Amino acid sequence: MMAGSSMFDLTLAQARAALRARKISAADLTNAYLGAIEALNPELNAYITVTPELARAQAAAADAALARGEHAPLTGIPLAIKDLFCTEGVRTTAGSRILSNFVPPYESTVSGNLLRDGAVFLGKANLDEFAMGSSNMTSAYGAVTNPWSQPGGNARLVPGGSSGGSAAAVAARLALGATATDTGGSIRQPASFCGLAGIKPTYGRCSRWGVVAFASSLDQAGPIARNAEDCAILLGSMAGHDPKDSTSADVAVPDFAAACARGVRGLRIGVPREYRMDGMPPEIEALWQRGLGWLRAEGAEIVDVSLPHTKYGLATYYIVAPAEASSNLARYDGVRFGLREAGADLTELYEATRASGFGAEVKRRILIGTYVLSAGYYDAYYLRAQKVRALILQDFTRAFHDVDALVTPTTPSAAFAQGEKMDDPIKMYLNDVFTVPANMAGVPGMSIPAGLDDAGLPLGLQVLGRPFDEQTVFAVAATLERAAGFTALPSMRAGVRA
Amino acid sequence: MTYTLEGNTGTWEVVIGLEVHAQVISQSKLFSGASATYGGEPNTQVSFVDAAFPGMLPVINRECVRQAVRTGLGLNAHINLVSRFDRKNYFYADLPAGYQISQYAHPIVGSGTIEIELADGTSKPIGVTRLHLEQDAGKSLHDQSPTKSFIDLNRCGVALMEIVSEPDLRSPEEAGAYLRKMRTILRYLGTCDGNMEEGSMRADVNVSVRHHGEPFRTRCEIKNVNSVRYVMLAIEAEAKRQITVWEDGGAVQQETRLFDVARGITRSMRSKEDAHDYRYFPDPDLLPLVLEEDWVAALRTQLPELPDAKKSRFMHQFGLPVYDAGVLVAEQATADFYETLATGRDPKQAANWMMGDFFAALNRTGRDIGNSPVSAANLGELLDLMADSTINGRIAKEVLEEMVETGETASAVVARKGLRQVTDTGAIDAAVEQVLAGNPDKLAEFRGGRDKLFGFFVGQVMKAMAGKGNPALVNEALKRRLG
Repeated sequence: MMAGSSMFDLTLAQARAALRARKISAADLTNAYLGAIEALNPELNAYITVTPELARAQAAAADAALARGEHAPLTGIPLAIKDLFCTEGVRTTAGSRILSNFVPPYESTVSGNLLRDGAVFLGKANLDEFAMGSSNMTSAYGAVTNPWSQPGGNARLVPGGSSGGSAAAVAARLALGATATDTGGSIRQPASFCGLAGIKPTYGRCSRWGVVAFASSLDQAGPIARNAEDCAILLGSMAGHDPKDSTSADVAVPDFAAACARGVRGLRIGVPREYRMDGMPPEIEALWQRGLGWLRAEGAEIVDVSLPHTKYGLATYYIVAPAEASSNLARYDGVRFGLREAGADLTELYEATRASGFGAEVKRRILIGTYVLSAGYYDAYYLRAQKVRALILQDFTRAFHDVDALVTPTTPSAAFAQGEKMDDPIKMYLNDVFTVPANMAGVPGMSIPAGLDDAGLPLGLQVLGRPFDEQTVFAVAATLERAAGFTALPSMRAGVRA
Repeated sequence: MTYTLEGNTGTWEVVIGLEVHAQVISQSKLFSGASATYGGEPNTQVSFVDAAFPGMLPVINRECVRQAVRTGLGLNAHINLVSRFDRKNYFYADLPAGYQISQYAHPIVGSGTIEIELADGTSKPIGVTRLHLEQDAGKSLHDQSPTKSFIDLNRCGVALMEIVSEPDLRSPEEAGAYLRKMRTILRYLGTCDGNMEEGSMRADVNVSVRHHGEPFRTRCEIKNVNSVRYVMLAIEAEAKRQITVWEDGGAVQQETRLFDVARGITRSMRSKEDAHDYRYFPDPDLLPLVLEEDWVAALRTQLPELPDAKKSRFMHQFGLPVYDAGVLVAEQATADFYETLATGRDPKQAANWMMGDFFAALNRTGRDIGNSPVSAANLGELLDLMADSTINGRIAKEVLEEMVETGETASAVVARKGLRQVTDTGAIDAAVEQVLAGNPDKLAEFRGGRDKLFGFFVGQVMKAMAGKGNPALVNEALKRRLG
């Protein structure tokens, strides 16, 4: 039996091997993680809901299966589930007060796929309310603290968002991996801020069924984990065609993990010149160049490409996403489920329920979305945004005629302090400037930790690929990962301060 | 024959367009697997999709698409191989998602026409602008509690076809004829049961008035009128109201109105200023609906014979006058009944019997062709018994009454009641002698030149034979005896 702290050092792939070899038991692994959650979650607030009984029961079932010599791809692997995925019988809040009492009678397809493959669910991870945010500050269940902090500094940093709880949980070793969702960068930005790997697969790769919707044409589920291989294993289980989601793609799920070992020899890697932004910290520019150098050294050809409509990406996103959100969130009306505030008539009931149930950022986006869809404004905003969106997709399509993948920074900065940028939504929205275009175009994008900034905080590089070619994305990301040799760990983590 | 209304300042023409909401006949709802049948206990036919639970997604029901395309084909309309679903956003308690999924910009069916028949025997083509698929809403019940409203989501998500006409209708009669024809076509196709009382077919009526030759004036929409008769009454009431407004120097305001059946007037529901801003946009949960041309072509070849074609065939094949053909094709079941009856028999006689005595008997017993105790084959046998002189026409009417009462076959009734026609000339001659012997004064009058008494003797002989005498043989025997 392994010592408690070294159990946390196992990656998902290593833990899986140890479980299959019966070197560790699922019960021990799960108990270790539950203990770490108990110790650290009060400080980090990475989980909204912890489900120890359920986790122990699932771990026991995993051990029984392993004892019979049976194992599925994730048998006995403890995970955090972003609280945007509906989980049968387990409260699902979407980080909002309006769903504070909502217990879904159904399991989302993605989380169901993970259970099918033997995973153990530790609990529901914190997030920005309805996945709207880049800092996890908008959650009705409190901010999440990034397990990383500046050495010597005492400012609490944000883990990024919206999948901030997922990233913080994995970084602090309160889970071996986590589900996340990405509408404009909500997997990649927190992965980058927390020194983790995270992939937003191609739109349609993972079913959206049972995932609380933010912006339907952009939302896509994916994993956050310690490295590319762990992400590949998780995505292999999460992905797959689902007839219950009309936008789910009927394409085979390849062996993503095998792609991690492919290397980049002979690949053409594009460097989009429009991602070289004014005011970008020089250390991020330097990291980017270093990453390109590693790829060149591994036999890739580095090519300059142009994505001319990049500069419209963020503006377009902040029309399309709120427009869809304003409609998607209309169902939270206090009539059938969730919070209900009394009112003298139907209109008052709506107003009271939604006024008290939604936080400020959600209200802001509902207002923006309602505005851009209104009669007289639709053509100027929504319709034009859709046209620009088509141009952004065309940029990528053209680029991918010429190159196999693109490499960019994931974010324009490392993690910032809690409370920073809260008074300036535009500044906050700029976090997504590099990640949003992939959502607009539906292409896969992955963040991989590549180094630390001058303050000792992790920075990620982003790999973008062709639709449904996550394998190349994994190949490039894993190559960067090997070259970077990123071994830094956050100060707050299980096994150290547990 | 132009319908006009006289005002104080001249003659007014009425311009009408209809939006028909027809509930699609299908097992399950437009975007969920819940049952689409009518009449379940409240909230027993509701899926999580219908109730718009978090994370639920719509999946298009292929059968509803098939039905919409078949309806489009039946309306001689253009089928759009690519159409799209949009969200129509508004808040209401019986609209769980806060939006209705509908087709706004790109409907599944484009323009078509239907031919309406008018009382004066003329017909008129009416343009169909479009047909689109959309979800029905649930029902709010406000009368169950003094302080609460109850919501029944059974109907929520059931597929509707909204069929929009051009403003081609010019009278309440034309509007009525359009609705009846629409209902007939939908029923022939089996795409909607057309039951306006149960709400499976509803109409919104757009009405405006103008002086002849003018461009269209402002229209008002009368929502949710639930019978053909009310549509006709509502149009007249609304047209008169608008004429008064114009003639009093006012201007009709575009608005939505309701028809108050009890008072026979329309009243304002909401004005243009209060109109919802529905914020239509393409539903990102659904891909564009793309139809295969071959699939549509196959549906076209599999369409049943529709009323216009059947009517024209009945006129040619069976030599029926236009009126008879029109009556017989109005319902598929009637047309099928007639066709079975007429095949191999005298078609004109078959039509007369069906539309006369048979329909009268059904009416009297509160039945219709769908639950008739007399099948087409049985009615046919009755005609056959007449044709081969087993019974005469007068007895046949009596037999039909019995058949409707008891459900027996014609031959069974004839046998049970001994109604077989008497053709034995001996028996007839005996009856003749008996009648003449019993009426010596009448006989004397006849002999004295009162030829009209011949009919009296025929009647008496038939009476003596309890109606069963073969009329021709009775005539013949009397002529011989008196001649």
